[in-house]
Amino acid sequence: MDMSAYPLELPADDRPMVRFMNVVKSYGRLVVLDQLNLDIAEGEMVTVIGPSGSGKTTVLRMLMTLETINGGVIYIDGKPLTHMERNGVLVPADERHIRKMRASIGMCFQHFNLFPHMTALQNCMEGPVQVLGLSKAEARARSEELLTLVGMIDKKDQHPSRLSGGQQQRVAIARALAMRPKVMLFDEVTSALDPEVIGEVTNVIRKLVAEHNLTMLMVTHQMGFARDISDRICFFYRGKIEEQGPPAALFGNPQKERTKQFLSAVKEAD
Amino acid sequence: MSFDWKWDFTWEILPRLLAATVNTLIAAGAGYAIAVVLGLVLALAQRTPWKPLTLIVREFVEFIRSTPLVLQIFFVFYVGPQFGIRLSPWTSGMIAIGLHYSAYLSEVYRAGIDAVPRGQWEACRAINLSTRDTYFRVIIPQALPPSIAGMGNYLVGIFKDTPMLSVIGVAELMHAANAIGAENYRFLEPYTLVGLIFLAISLPTAGLVRLFEGWVRRKMGM
Ligand SMILES: Nc1ncnc2c1ncn2[C@@H]1O[C@H](COP(=O)(O)OP(=O)(O)O)[C@@H](O)[C@H]1O
Ligand SMILES: [Mg+2]
Repeated sequence: MDMSAYPLELPADDRPMVRFMNVVKSYGRLVVLDQLNLDIAEGEMVTVIGPSGSGKTTVLRMLMTLETINGGVIYIDGKPLTHMERNGVLVPADERHIRKMRASIGMCFQHFNLFPHMTALQNCMEGPVQVLGLSKAEARARSEELLTLVGMIDKKDQHPSRLSGGQQQRVAIARALAMRPKVMLFDEVTSALDPEVIGEVTNVIRKLVAEHNLTMLMVTHQMGFARDISDRICFFYRGKIEEQGPPAALFGNPQKERTKQFLSAVKEAD
Repeated sequence: MSFDWKWDFTWEILPRLLAATVNTLIAAGAGYAIAVVLGLVLALAQRTPWKPLTLIVREFVEFIRSTPLVLQIFFVFYVGPQFGIRLSPWTSGMIAIGLHYSAYLSEVYRAGIDAVPRGQWEACRAINLSTRDTYFRVIIPQALPPSIAGMGNYLVGIFKDTPMLSVIGVAELMHAANAIGAENYRFLEPYTLVGLIFLAISLPTAGLVRLFEGWVRRKMGM
């Protein structure tokens, strides 16, 4: 692969918070993402929608460096995430580079993935203390502030097994925010929840959008929610962005046949 | 053949057997301590990204599990000196039995670690924990409770295998019973007592291990 086409760093006048540049991801012979190009501006909220298996989760997992990529380059804040500079060209990143870059990204998962042997507060403090090197007191203050933000301060000493799904997910959001990421990823964070508690999680995300200048990339099946809070919607189909645009345009006046089909199918399911 | 149990002989030899029991417990405890730590090292070594190490350790574990403990004890004690490693019976015995059980415990740990959901590893990466913190602060604590039952089985196992150390002259319970039998030409009482002592220690251990497991789980909020 010719890496000279990829800049070592993006120029100051063309520097989105996230840039996928010709990104390819495959599992064996199955090509999951084919030459993906996607920019996300600082502070932008982008929602990815699309049928199951279209590659939405894979996009987030690559950004979180949970998956390696098979082609192209991902840039975060202008700097390569998946690659690093060596002798003037980009080579695949080593673990050290990835760890450094990963600090800019946080992620919330469909199944929360809280640490079951730690309380809500300990879950939030773990990264700040062990990774960022904050003192216990600083980490506690920061975590308690975030648990307050997500409405979980009164349960801070509970273990996850004592919390409902919605409560666990709110703690998971606080845990991710405690690392002060520049980019937050949400992968179907309400899909595993009972309908009556979905609102408590989406309200937290609404609050983040309204009050914080975070860059966010979200996958969701809740079209109403996506429409309300997103700056842009990307419709994925078979590992490609089939159509994208502001929510009003994409939901109100989709251009592509597949987008129309998908949206009417979801509407029926609702 | 007649069954004549001599009570005065029984009382006479009991203190000597109980003293030897202390040695047995020390042997089992020390061997187990080695096995608990070394087993974890072996389990973790099989997960390093460096394939040759993984392979060597896996072969080593397989080798230990496929050969008799008594052979390993003889090997360390009698063959060691040929390589300039001259160890006392006690040291040889502890090393052999510790090594032997570390292979089994590494499999227990491995199963425990494998049972930790993938999402836990991913959460660690998402908050950027180091590999070391990932293992020691998140994965191993969760792998522990499901491993305790298996660890308990091998604790009883190592205890029951300590008589094999008598073959190289470690003065544990079996060794004492053999000596008493040879000195007095009476084996019924010493061997029966040895059996009862083993039973009295093994039986409650399983129950205690279960209680311990429950306590650990509660303590961890799981
Ligand atoms: N670890 C994996 N191994 C093989 N195939 C995978 C793996 N992860 C995902 N895939 C495949 O990649 C495709 C996209 O998956 P995913 O990104 O999870 O889709 P979505 O989130 O849109 O439902 C699917 O066809 C899925 O089966
Ligand atoms: Mg998905």
